[in-house]
Amino acid sequence: MILTRLFADLEATPLGTAVRESTWLFPTIETLHVLSITLVVGTIMIVDLRLINVTSRHRAVSELMRETLPWTWTAFVCAVITGSMLFSSSAVKYSGNGPFECKMLLLLAAGINMAVFHLGTYRTVAGWDREVTTPTGARIAGGLSLAIWVTVVALGRWIGFTTN
Amino acid sequence: MIPAFCDWLSNTPVSMVIQNLFWVIPTVQTVHILAIATVMASVVMLDFRLLGVTGRSQSIPEVAHRFLPWVWGAVAVLLASGSLLIIGEPGRELLSEVFWAKMTLLACALTLTGIFQYALRNGGSFWERRRIVTRVAAVVSLLLWCSILAAGRWIAYMAHG
Repeated sequence: MILTRLFADLEATPLGTAVRESTWLFPTIETLHVLSITLVVGTIMIVDLRLINVTSRHRAVSELMRETLPWTWTAFVCAVITGSMLFSSSAVKYSGNGPFECKMLLLLAAGINMAVFHLGTYRTVAGWDREVTTPTGARIAGGLSLAIWVTVVALGRWIGFTTN
Repeated sequence: MIPAFCDWLSNTPVSMVIQNLFWVIPTVQTVHILAIATVMASVVMLDFRLLGVTGRSQSIPEVAHRFLPWVWGAVAVLLASGSLLIIGEPGRELLSEVFWAKMTLLACALTLTGIFQYALRNGGSFWERRRIVTRVAAVVSLLLWCSILAAGRWIAYMAHG
């Protein structure tokens, strides 16, 4: 398959080889990956918990998002870079790993959920910005996001237990 | 003495159960990571507010009241889930120098968080009066929590023996 050959080529790149063969490179990149992920998930929880009316209930949603989401995006970019480096070390093995495939699909789902919220319910935010109770669409988006990210963390941990 | 304790602990019924159910360790580790996410996000939001970099639409006491309870709550979850991980694989942690370094750093971080909590009394005017101390404390706090996270991951790679 073309994809398998592509992943084999990726493993053979100097980067993939270095991460695979070095004793300290993988754990170091993995540490940065975990740090990034905790910040992605932790900051996204701050927004999601506001969307489902649990915390920061008297803060404007738009202001909270403006102050929190830049952290989420910065950490997400770091997570993608470090994650790609880890992936390159054993691309063929990871690409055939069930938890890894589920994790990638869920990341896609998280993106779709976010896009739907921003293009839908969030357009009317001016009308409910400071309301304690957010609209149904916002509560669904927040609840879905929480569920997806908790599962992403669980699957990420499972990759480590199913690839050795 | 510690190796003997590890031997004893790994032969207790609770430890046996954890060892024999393959899904317990990854599940508890997942809970542990989610609690770390809660601590790290809370600490980053508070420390960068102390540095005056972000979140300036709220005062420092407001931000501290918002996030410090989450740090304490998540630390409780971390101690509980971490204890389960130790019971399941005592030698992995208790015989590891990285683990004890992590616990020492954790004691420092919790002391500093306690000081943050204490500084909140009297409406938190401390933060405005002592700006340099506040900034140094924020940087130390960030470094401590990042080191604790890194040490936690390295326990897996610096196995005893």
